[in-house]
Amino acid sequence: MPAAGPAPGRPEPGPADRKTVLEPEEIRRALTRIAHEILERTDGGAGVVLLGIPTRGVPLAQRLAGRIEQVEGRPVPHGSLDITMYRDDLRLRPARALGRTEVPPGGIDGMVVVLVDDVLYSGRTVRAALDALNDLGRPRAVQLAVLIDRGHRELPVRADYVGKNLPTAKQEVVRVMLAEVDGEDSVMLGRAADQRPGGPAGARSHP
Amino acid sequence: MNRHLISAGDLTRDDALLILDTADELARISDRPIKKLPTLRGRTVVNLFFEDSTRTRISFEAAAKRLSADVINFSAKGSSVAKGESLKDTALTLEAMGADAVIVRHSASGAPQRLAGWVRGTVVNAGDGAHEHPTQALLDAFTIRRHFGRSSGPPAGPEAARTGTAGSALDGLRVTIVGDVLHSRVARSNVLLLHTLGADVTLVAPPTLLPVAVGSWPCSVSYDFDAALPKSDVVMMLRVQQERMNAAYFPSVREYSRRYGLDVARMAQLPDQAIVMHPGPMNRGVEIAARVADSARSTIVEQVANGVSVRMAVLYLLLGGAEAES
Repeated sequence: MPAAGPAPGRPEPGPADRKTVLEPEEIRRALTRIAHEILERTDGGAGVVLLGIPTRGVPLAQRLAGRIEQVEGRPVPHGSLDITMYRDDLRLRPARALGRTEVPPGGIDGMVVVLVDDVLYSGRTVRAALDALNDLGRPRAVQLAVLIDRGHRELPVRADYVGKNLPTAKQEVVRVMLAEVDGEDSVMLGRAADQRPGGPAGARSHP
Repeated sequence: MNRHLISAGDLTRDDALLILDTADELARISDRPIKKLPTLRGRTVVNLFFEDSTRTRISFEAAAKRLSADVINFSAKGSSVAKGESLKDTALTLEAMGADAVIVRHSASGAPQRLAGWVRGTVVNAGDGAHEHPTQALLDAFTIRRHFGRSSGPPAGPEAARTGTAGSALDGLRVTIVGDVLHSRVARSNVLLLHTLGADVTLVAPPTLLPVAVGSWPCSVSYDFDAALPKSDVVMMLRVQQERMNAAYFPSVREYSRRYGLDVARMAQLPDQAIVMHPGPMNRGVEIAARVADSARSTIVEQVANGVSVRMAVLYLLLGGAEAES
């Protein structure tokens, strides 16, 4: 959709000015590839626990677990890891509602934990997740899988598995929509309607 | 939400549900090996207790410590209050020490309200005279919700509490609060909060132990405990507060116990799923029989455990974020 491409320096009309960067098919293929990469990198998924970061990391972790199970024929423990209480920007915004932390019954001690999130941006969410993991146990290794890496890191963080590298400008907004949460699958790139003073740390991936 | 928690009546339904949902998540932390979160690191919480209290003070202290706040305990005994310092001067002292939150219990109704006007930090009412005790009402509502899973329909039992209570209120549940309503801050806070959450509250007490203005409360009133029993999902027994009684409110403790005490025979008249609550401390043998207090229907110990989770939620929501712009 070249018509939607924003011309630099011109005021943008509004939320309609978005372009789709990943179609449902592409999301599906990216997740399948990540699932295979996880299997390769972890000797067939031995000792792997997938932990999704709410909100949209959780269904992504579920989907990855489903694909790995299809390939290997055995279930992969998966759950969720809420990082709200570990954020470094809590005091910049009013207190927010908590997500759910659900660790599989086997725990994470001695396991290879793969953190799953929708968008990797500043890296602050991942830092918070590492702190949160620290309070839950001692994994053998921690890896990171993201659907979108949009750059602009503010911390020394790197993803092990990336669905798509998406070069963005800081004032752009990446919106990931998943059927489990939003009713449909897509990834869109648009301009921020309002720019918060908190910057990338506060804005995360959503407008 | 307001910056302070003075009255359960200040909470909207959304506020109350947010606190209960947050407490639901925080309760899961008590199952973990490391029961601590870094959220309130560097914040100072002062427990300012002008009245004796064991469970409330310890509960707030545990809640603040699990959130990594620094806790300063202040009890009136052995402090400058014993030397005649006023509430305001004490407040200004705390202010100078940089308290981010003051948890206050005072024998005078309205003391937390006054305090909120003097200090910059957040004020949480931990019981003021016969006025209110909002965190007790929140933990009671939390306990009820864990037992009755969803807003209506058949009870789901404590197992359901692990999964799906988030967002649900207490619509249509019948709660009977029995005993010394006149001196009870727990009763007032519970009536206000449970009404906000959609429960039908009935107060049962001898006429002498009901406040004059009870007609304006959002609840119904009865003098007949036996008639209320079969229509109760929850029975909440209140302590007979002998230390606040300077007149004869009933002929004898024995007569009170016969008419308004919950014994085994009365418990048998309750519906199958009903639970028995008590905010503690109990007078066993007066308002509640020992066998009832120790029965499977009693949630008294559970209430104490839930108190820590609910107070963590309150402290997190009041202190965890940025200060609301005023």
